[in-house]
Amino acid sequence: MTVALKITDLAKTFSLGKPLFRPALPGVRAVRPMSFQVEEGETLGIVGESGCGKSTLARMLVGLLEPSVGSIEIAGKALDNADPAVFGKQIQYVFQDPISSLNPRKTIRQIMETPLKRLYGMDKAQRQERISEIFASVNLREEFLDRYPHEFSGGQAQRIGIARALAAAPRIIVLDEPVSALDVSVQAQVLNLLADLRTEFNLTYLFISHDLAVVEAVSDRVVVLYFGSVVEIGQAEHIFNAPKHPYTKLLAESAPVVGRPLTAPEQKDSELPDPLNPPPGCAFAGRCPRATELCRTDTPALRQMGEDQLAACHHPIEG
Amino acid sequence: MRQFLKLLFRNQLAAFGAVVLGFILVLALLVPVLPLQDPDVTATGDRFLRPFSEGHLLGTDHLGRDLLSRLLWGTRLSLAVGIAAAVIAATIGSAIGIIAGYFGGRTDNLIMRGVDMLMAFPYILLALAIVAALGPGLMNALIAVAAVNIPFFARNIRGVTVSLAGREFIDAARLAGMGHVRIILTEILPNVLPIIVIAMSTTVGWMILETAGLSFLGLGSQPPQADLGSMLGEARDAMITAPHTSIVPGVMIFLIVMSVNLLGDGVRDALDPRLKSGALSRPQAKTLVERKGAVPPATDDLLSIQDLETQFHVGKRVYRAVNKVSLSVKPGECLGVIGESGSGKSVTALSVMGLVASPPGVIAGGAVRLEGEDLLDVSYEKLRQKRGEKVAYIFQDPLATLHPLYRVGDQLAEAIQCHHKVSDAKARERALELLKAVRIPNAESRLKNYPHEMSGGMRQRVGIAMAMANDPDVIIADEPTTALDVTVQAQILALLDDLRRERGLAIIFITHDFGVVAQLCDRVAVMYAGRIVEQGPTNAVLDAPAHPYTKRLIACVPELGGGRRELAAIPGLPPVVDKLPEGCAFAPRCQKAREECQKGEIGLEGAAPRKVRCLYPEEAV
Repeated sequence: MTVALKITDLAKTFSLGKPLFRPALPGVRAVRPMSFQVEEGETLGIVGESGCGKSTLARMLVGLLEPSVGSIEIAGKALDNADPAVFGKQIQYVFQDPISSLNPRKTIRQIMETPLKRLYGMDKAQRQERISEIFASVNLREEFLDRYPHEFSGGQAQRIGIARALAAAPRIIVLDEPVSALDVSVQAQVLNLLADLRTEFNLTYLFISHDLAVVEAVSDRVVVLYFGSVVEIGQAEHIFNAPKHPYTKLLAESAPVVGRPLTAPEQKDSELPDPLNPPPGCAFAGRCPRATELCRTDTPALRQMGEDQLAACHHPIEG
Repeated sequence: MRQFLKLLFRNQLAAFGAVVLGFILVLALLVPVLPLQDPDVTATGDRFLRPFSEGHLLGTDHLGRDLLSRLLWGTRLSLAVGIAAAVIAATIGSAIGIIAGYFGGRTDNLIMRGVDMLMAFPYILLALAIVAALGPGLMNALIAVAAVNIPFFARNIRGVTVSLAGREFIDAARLAGMGHVRIILTEILPNVLPIIVIAMSTTVGWMILETAGLSFLGLGSQPPQADLGSMLGEARDAMITAPHTSIVPGVMIFLIVMSVNLLGDGVRDALDPRLKSGALSRPQAKTLVERKGAVPPATDDLLSIQDLETQFHVGKRVYRAVNKVSLSVKPGECLGVIGESGSGKSVTALSVMGLVASPPGVIAGGAVRLEGEDLLDVSYEKLRQKRGEKVAYIFQDPLATLHPLYRVGDQLAEAIQCHHKVSDAKARERALELLKAVRIPNAESRLKNYPHEMSGGMRQRVGIAMAMANDPDVIIADEPTTALDVTVQAQILALLDDLRRERGLAIIFITHDFGVVAQLCDRVAVMYAGRIVEQGPTNAVLDAPAHPYTKRLIACVPELGGGRRELAAIPGLPPVVDKLPEGCAFAPRCQKAREECQKGEIGLEGAAPRKVRCLYPEEAV
């Protein structure tokens, strides 16, 4: 297996600016240094709750945001400049809101042609041919090409978004909550389409979502983020059944499931830590039933725990 | 374009403005070919001739020049200068605004502070200063007027651009390999162009007036050249003795500016998307009720919705959002309403208390009964008393439902004092109690928080506290946990469950999530295309769904613990509710559909409490 994407110590700190009469603020660490790699043809799921840094990570991966530190390697080559045109041919992005990711004043044809023209410099005939190919793969009719985005339903618009990403012929596609704006019956259509495309074009996916069941259904491996850090990485079929990190367990137990009685897995005041004033030690310690003094002072590192599973916890769940 | 013109001319004042302005423009364009006298030839013998004199239709001025000729040549010049100034100001101002808004940060700061400095001077002073520096002359007056108006465009367009620059399609364009210049020209400009046109149409008149003002002061057009301002200026001395010399150009300025402004306002109203969406047409306080047919008789349920039909009348189209829906709840019971977007579940909920916006909403049939009383029939004042007091709502997005400028404690107190005459201290006490009841930690200090200072979960708790404020009998919760994280969702659901058990509340819970329904609700109704297709006890429906739609929808939802797999999908899309097919609305997507499924009315049938609207159900009920 070759490594499609490798990130090393990637981190992003948003500076808050310097107040006029006080020393500069430390800044918000949206993504703390994290490293992982994705193999070619693999789907890596990334889950976490709002504010955990999923979207910041995704925007760094596609070059829309410059990392504060760390490096991104695609197929062994480091990408150090945040130039989307360089990233564009390697890695593409599918947005959460399908309608607002399409310019309301352009026809679908104009939207589809842009990457072909700008990234590949194709002439008109070549573009037409390529668009036909892609539209056939995503089950869209070519008559849609001369319409405007507002004429489409969410599911169709998301397919157009996927088609646009495919037009750049990338190796990797970052899917940022691609189905969370869609109805369940349409959601399944889009997820299945994504799975088919992956085999057809030998793509590598980074699938970002807050929906554990969806992530589990489409991913090979899953990364769980909490407060900007990776807390657990593991195989999709094991990570929610046998979580090592208490946060992963909490997530898995919170998802409402038919046939499980209603219990709140945690009753006490549980909120994400304040990003302006991050706690020392493990960020989850304040909500964790297993936390000890050690957790409140020492930040745990990501350690191997069992086969193919890594977790950042001082007191992992056994078994 | 045709739609724009139609909208524009529906506005009679705008049409009137367009006609007047069009006439003036045509005249101004035709001036060189009209048989007019030379405007600059003086004949001092004929000075101050009255209008309608021989050879001078509008009379002559103090040098005996023909007023009609001078008026038309002057109008031509004034219009040209005013429009040129508007175009220059719009171009430069919009360019500045787009650059500042698109790049943001330091660029934005530098540019906009510069623009602010320009705005700090009174405009006429600034214009005078510019003309003084450049010397008098029409060209310089034009430059001055344009420069003075640049900040207006820059600020307007910057605001629009800032909101556009953060949109996802701009990111998508960058990923498609576009550079900054190309993004500005092909992605941003087409989207701000309507705003530029609106801003221009409302300022052209103003700029014509400003140019005339400078000419009036002698800083614009130089003699003998005529423009409207200089004509007025020259006529000033003879205002009493020969009033027609000032009235003629004055009336023309009035006509031009008025017609430009009327047309400009019309253009703005027709183009502005905010106005198009109906922001100007305020909805009625209560949904319009136009029932045809008999009102169903009362039942003994706490709240019962009977054969409710809610429609949206948009132009000639009728969207049947809710089509003969019947639901009911008893005290302490939780009823789940499940469906996809557009299935009519939210409209059903809003119809209960007359909260559907009218226009375009109309309740066309059925009844909503609270303890037997028909809520569709009561007066607005009575209905308002029942809103919150008897039936309360919890909405999806608590950030949108809480007022951002008031402390949550004050908002809670207000909700209480709306219905009960209690002292401020009492109301605060009750507010504190409520926050404690919804398990907000440090409730006392939280009372003083503004909504934005709270997390999503905490805000939704405040939303629930607000719904509980007057001890209602029924709570209608419209996707209350959809915007929340799963760990928070679990807490909110547990809270709602406790509340209904402790207080005997009836809850109508609207959602698209089967997991949530299964955990919280006693009974469930499944909606599709505005109708209930199946209902019954939650466990029975989820374990053995009878309608093919319910069965396949459940199969679409991935469940945790299933591992990687192909998901079941329902091909096709739900129908649009203004063109519902005959028979079963799901038939076109249904594998079991036969010919008779697409014919005639299919009833909701079965032995109570289960019912299904299907000719060939999966399970006999």
